[in-house]
Amino acid sequence: MNLDSKSPSGPLEQKWSKHKGEVKIVNPANKRHHRIIVVGTGLAGASAAASLGELGYEVHSFCIHESGRRAHSIAAQGGINAAKNYSNDGDSVYRLFYDTIKGGDFRSREANVHRLAEVSVNIIDQCAAQGVPFAREYSGELANRSFGGTQVSRTFYARGQTGQQLLLGAYQAMMRQVNEGRVKLFARREMLDLVMINGKARGIITRNLETGAIERHSADAVVLATGGYGRIFYLSTNAMNSNCTAIFRAYKRGAAFANPCFTQIHPTCIPVSGGYQSKLTLMSESLRNDGRVWVPKKKEDCKKNPNDIADEDRDYYLERRYPSFGNLVPRDVASRAAKQVCDEGRGVGESGLAVYLDFRDAIKRDGEPKVREKYGNLFDMYHEITDENPYQVPMRIYPAVHYTMGGLWVDYNLMTTIPGLHAVGEANFSDHGANRLGASALMQGLADGYFVLPYTIGHYIASTKLDKVTTDAPEFAAAEADVRAQIDGLMKIGSKGKKTVDEFYREVGTMMWDNVGMSRTTKGLEETIKNFQKLRAEFYENVRIPGESGEFNKQLEMAGRVADFLELGELMARDALERNESCGGHFREEMQTDEGEAKRDDDQFCHVSAWEYKGRETAPVLHKEKLSFESIHLAQRSYK
Amino acid sequence: MKLNLEIWRQKNPKTQGEFKKYSLDDVSPNMSFLEMLDHLNEKLIRDGIEPVEFDSDCREGICGSCGVIINGQAHGPKVGVATCQLYMRHFEDGATVVVEPWRAKAFPVVKDLVVNRSAYDRIIQAGGYVSTKTGGHPDANAILVPKQDADKAFEYATCIGCGACAAACPNASASLFTAAKISHLSLMPQGQPEKDARVVNMVNQMDMEGFGNCSNIGECSAACPKQIPLEAIASMKSDYIKASLK
Repeated sequence: MNLDSKSPSGPLEQKWSKHKGEVKIVNPANKRHHRIIVVGTGLAGASAAASLGELGYEVHSFCIHESGRRAHSIAAQGGINAAKNYSNDGDSVYRLFYDTIKGGDFRSREANVHRLAEVSVNIIDQCAAQGVPFAREYSGELANRSFGGTQVSRTFYARGQTGQQLLLGAYQAMMRQVNEGRVKLFARREMLDLVMINGKARGIITRNLETGAIERHSADAVVLATGGYGRIFYLSTNAMNSNCTAIFRAYKRGAAFANPCFTQIHPTCIPVSGGYQSKLTLMSESLRNDGRVWVPKKKEDCKKNPNDIADEDRDYYLERRYPSFGNLVPRDVASRAAKQVCDEGRGVGESGLAVYLDFRDAIKRDGEPKVREKYGNLFDMYHEITDENPYQVPMRIYPAVHYTMGGLWVDYNLMTTIPGLHAVGEANFSDHGANRLGASALMQGLADGYFVLPYTIGHYIASTKLDKVTTDAPEFAAAEADVRAQIDGLMKIGSKGKKTVDEFYREVGTMMWDNVGMSRTTKGLEETIKNFQKLRAEFYENVRIPGESGEFNKQLEMAGRVADFLELGELMARDALERNESCGGHFREEMQTDEGEAKRDDDQFCHVSAWEYKGRETAPVLHKEKLSFESIHLAQRSYK
Repeated sequence: MKLNLEIWRQKNPKTQGEFKKYSLDDVSPNMSFLEMLDHLNEKLIRDGIEPVEFDSDCREGICGSCGVIINGQAHGPKVGVATCQLYMRHFEDGATVVVEPWRAKAFPVVKDLVVNRSAYDRIIQAGGYVSTKTGGHPDANAILVPKQDADKAFEYATCIGCGACAAACPNASASLFTAAKISHLSLMPQGQPEKDARVVNMVNQMDMEGFGNCSNIGECSAACPKQIPLEAIASMKSDYIKASLK
């Protein structure tokens, strides 16, 4: 397997301009003869579909939702980073680049991250031009706030609904291309296989989720913008329908899966309250601008009313341990610190698995109206879910799975190891290393879709001999037959099985959270690999699926996704086991400093782990892309 | 708590639907309404009955996927929340709860509580955007937007496209949805050049989709989980008249 990153040569800050000047271009009159499939309509998918349609390509856009606007990007709350330096606080492209590399614990590719920082400024201009109603100052200029892992204020936002506003901007741009006839929408379609002809990605097989029909779609290139796989943990901040199926089926067809174990556990989520719970709700990281995180110093105070605990009895542990970044340390650091104080028995709330996020001081300093203006919708959401008023009592929060840094391996052109198959946004692995900084997911999704892929996919199309293919090709028939066999197989077991899809799913989630979650051990990971093999065998004997395949059938959809999670979970455990170091969100208990911080091993693990599929019950093969740092000195990450 | 449910069951768009009764006796007041339906479905599947299909995704009230009529009210009794954010503590123990899909000609039922809202996509497609290209824009601070305009535009732009406005309206009008997008873009300087064409095209599309007319009843705004104000419709109507007279 060839893992050539294709990073351009030359000085870091000139790589992207040089590359843009060197890529081949498709003649404007010829673009309409090339069809591109874009799967997913989140920030990356919608912005890619809009931009490619506008360039003149024939774009076919697919989503599992009834409308492109429902993609999970819509739920992103806090903001989007850009190196605009509007705050005049010393920000620059280099600083955003450096913060991102360091935040990712030196496990991302320099050239990609620098490009991300460069185009970040264009994204804000783009969104402003679309009429996105960003938060503004009284001067009429754009407002900024701070996020974790940085010491500048570079996050642009629209109250606590930044993802919604940016996605609607991209969705509207895509709908404009639908109106122009350049983009054709295929809603409620789930991609179930990738079709390869002569070693190139030439199409997909989908299931129409309304009718159950299996359909073939051909193209000259395929783009996967299908998001992350955090829902493998069952309880996460991801939406109910977020899943790994599209990228996992591509992995099965030969696309390498990079760093699958790199998972982001977000420190500020509303804690779990009962066994019936279907998902967890994030409280935006932006709250850490004004909220202070603490637990009682003494265990016996944990059940007391927090407002009765005097200042000297409170342990503002982030401010104590990390005085220079304080409450704004990166997510992995904040999550681990919360787990540590709870493990010490100083957690609060009924379960003891929560810490306080307190706005008392902010309200005293700025007044309630000011706090309401910044965070009103988040406070309301918290109030509704917990039945507690966060203006009066501190919020209780606990870490929860939020994002996956791992994903399909891509080169500098965002192409996977399968020629013609591209991956953008959270679906790829490239920019966030072992830990993503807050407000960088929106930045990456839009960077890929608006400003990177439109150049690089043109280069692929212009420089590749693409024979004409139709969906009558035998490869389409074979892929369709595989999909039908899988569905028929599931339905056959499903009609007699006794255990519901959700019961299996919850077991997958528990196994992942306990052993491949916030801290990981050799023993736990080895057991998890075996347990996944066992659970998979049980699934294929005893899963219950009601209804029929030729109709709207949510249980069947979920069964297919859980089947993939049952394999992905094992892959994640294998990757976590193999990576015998701690870095970013990946914390191996065996590898920590005396102060409990992550201990990297640059000699052994300064690489991307890319896994090659070998069969459902056969161990995958590991390939490595060595990471070389030309501009940055590898250093122990410190936020003290 | 105990709950008596009467839920609309319809196999597909072509067959006739009917209400079916189910009861649950172990509902937790901390469950969300959709978690209660999940819980019901697990029970139905184990009993060999097909589960109740409904749409939901983010479960944070922002994606707009969910939405059912609960005891005659779109998104249920609580003001300013989507169905996924409605908690069972707002219902009485032993209550009877009637659950129906959105009722509007332009939202055909797909199955049970699932409807097809692609009509809303087509209204946006008709002009709910600024016709700008990717790239080549001036610095974002080159065009100033007064804070009060940006804030007001944001308020309209928070529409989640759930369809509650049309479902709650006795005329099944999509005016609040359409007006929210028009008002958002009309308040921004970037939305000015296409203002007239936008309002005409979007309103015409709304009519073509089979939504009714607005007769100023206000159920839409009352049912809206984002509390989009009714004045959006007033300004849409006025913009429409001005644009059509030009």
